[in-house]
Amino acid sequence: MYQTLRQIIRIGIRTEARPAPAMDNVVVQRLQADILRTLGRALTIRHVDAGSCNACELEAQALSNPYYNLEGLGIRHVASPRHADALMVTGPVSKHMAIALKRTYDAMPEPKLVIAVGECACGGGIFGDSYATVGALSKILPVDVAIPGCPPSPTAMLQGILAAISAPARSEPR
Amino acid sequence: MNVAPLGLAAAALPAGIPAQRAQVSSGQLLTACRLAWENDGKLVALWASDERDRRRGFCVRVVVEDRDGLTVLEHTLPDPDARYPDLTAIFPAANRMQRATYDLVGVAAESDDQRPWLWLASWPIDQFPLRRDFVASAQWDPGQEEYDFVKVEGDGVHEIPVGPVHAGIIEPGHFRFQVVGEKVLRLEERLGYTHKGIEKRFESFPILDGGRLAGRVSGDSTVAYAWAYAQALECIAHSAAPPRAAWLRALCLERERLANHLGDLGALGNDGGFAFGLAQFSRLREDVLRINDKAFGHRLLMDVVVPGGVARDIAFEHVHAMRDEADRLTREIVALRAIYDEHAGLQDRFRTCGRVTPELAAKMGLLGLAGRASGVRRDLRCDFPCPPYDALHVRIVSATAGDVWARVTVRFDEALESARLIALITAALLDPAAMGDTRVALADTPADRLAIGYIEGWRGPVLVALESGPNGTIRRCHPQDPSWCNWPVIEHAAIGNIVPDFPLINKSFNLSYSGHDL
Repeated sequence: MYQTLRQIIRIGIRTEARPAPAMDNVVVQRLQADILRTLGRALTIRHVDAGSCNACELEAQALSNPYYNLEGLGIRHVASPRHADALMVTGPVSKHMAIALKRTYDAMPEPKLVIAVGECACGGGIFGDSYATVGALSKILPVDVAIPGCPPSPTAMLQGILAAISAPARSEPR
Repeated sequence: MNVAPLGLAAAALPAGIPAQRAQVSSGQLLTACRLAWENDGKLVALWASDERDRRRGFCVRVVVEDRDGLTVLEHTLPDPDARYPDLTAIFPAANRMQRATYDLVGVAAESDDQRPWLWLASWPIDQFPLRRDFVASAQWDPGQEEYDFVKVEGDGVHEIPVGPVHAGIIEPGHFRFQVVGEKVLRLEERLGYTHKGIEKRFESFPILDGGRLAGRVSGDSTVAYAWAYAQALECIAHSAAPPRAAWLRALCLERERLANHLGDLGALGNDGGFAFGLAQFSRLREDVLRINDKAFGHRLLMDVVVPGGVARDIAFEHVHAMRDEADRLTREIVALRAIYDEHAGLQDRFRTCGRVTPELAAKMGLLGLAGRASGVRRDLRCDFPCPPYDALHVRIVSATAGDVWARVTVRFDEALESARLIALITAALLDPAAMGDTRVALADTPADRLAIGYIEGWRGPVLVALESGPNGTIRRCHPQDPSWCNWPVIEHAAIGNIVPDFPLINKSFNLSYSGHDL
């Protein structure tokens, strides 16, 4: 126990300042003020891997490390879609995952956001669309924010997620 | 493997390690596999190719690895209705490879188990994507498959379906538990959800460009796959990467291993209820990835290893940064290990959990890291060292307990060994004698050549079998992840454990879904 506490004190707090939202990533102007008023700055995210190579997952996991400290920003990954405000999808939407993905989306309460993470979810990426893949996520779900990159860095992901909850015309919560 | 006693003529096969190929009849295929098994041989890959355009029907290839290297057994089927022998009784891992081969190529083994494996009703069951007349862009609507899970019956037995969507940021797959109370009586996996047609996709890539796709078969092993692909292509082109490129490849491969082990050690601590471990190790992992980004322009080192060498050389300041980091990481890992060792809660969760005995590991053909935690002392970096590993003398790490704790200790030891190797590699990179080109242009690739790349990734040996087509095209490329051989073993490791220990057991193997589903 002594060693554990000593390590915690020795390392200290490593969390970095949050980056500015990347508004360029907002692809559909669905981010109306009323949605954002409901969600506020706190956000719960349900992630679905729809055929990713796992690189996007590694970087999404990194968001929870002490440097990015996602939870410190009021943003959490949740296990159930019923607890989620946003659906974060990686991968070129493999046909085998398409039904599970739509069911996850349907299980989420309104209002809900959809975030496409990585080159594949944004446009099919290197796998394209084929007998096995749908390609771009926007073909089957309304995408609010698209974060390109192969894989996008945690900072890029964070900027995209922050963009989802900070639209420019956002009115202050009452 | 000496195939001469079987009356077989073997020809040399260009590959990253000593390899041979032999044409076999169905009887010889069985005998050769049995002989390989008796001599401690492992099944590492099985796939088929449509050869009807060459008027040779279909070719089933079975690859076994033993102390002499790789042996590729090639069996020709005259037409799609012909069957090849079921190898499951010799190599249990063959079961799923055979079923996947049917799903994709449409040739079946003489097996009782003809359930689909990679097919999940997203294309017609009588269409086979890897046949040459199958159009890759063909579209069908996703369907729902009724899979025939084995059920356990009895008083108080019930079933828990889990997935494909899991409660975390992880890959998708389905697990079907048959339980009594908390105790797992049986676990059955159902994979294939991330199938994205990679093998078919390869056929549309120029052979010089296919490394990018290989590097995305499994994102956590991008260096291993890219290297295996490059190795195969260099064999076909009769070319070799310059010495400095070999050092840089090894640097990347060890950094990939280190980053994955650090991530897993944190995640395993977290799954054992010790969030401190995740915070500490995820910090160390991030440090490694940030230096990767500065040095090579990519945090996970994608597209750094390319056919002919590496995409870019490394600046001196980054070599120094990596050398200093290796020292610092070694100290940090040793300190954290002491904390894990003395944490009663973690020890209670880790010890005897998800045990794979060395006997079971040998019988099931467990590979790589998980194999070494169950007494299977194999590591390509030691057994068949390619440059620069021949100059590095990697110390093999192993354990015999075969439980989650053993897989944790192997990760600790291998992370420390990788840090040691990184220090050695950085020293070599700074040596004036090691300056020079980092890439050679590959000459025209002759058509119709088969070669194999074989690299010890962090999870285990990664195999890429590459066959060239005319005019710089890919005729067939089959990547095989060690996860194929290890997934079936998790079904055994889970038996008798409690359901809440399953995430811990699964994480301790940390197998690839994407690399398996292709």
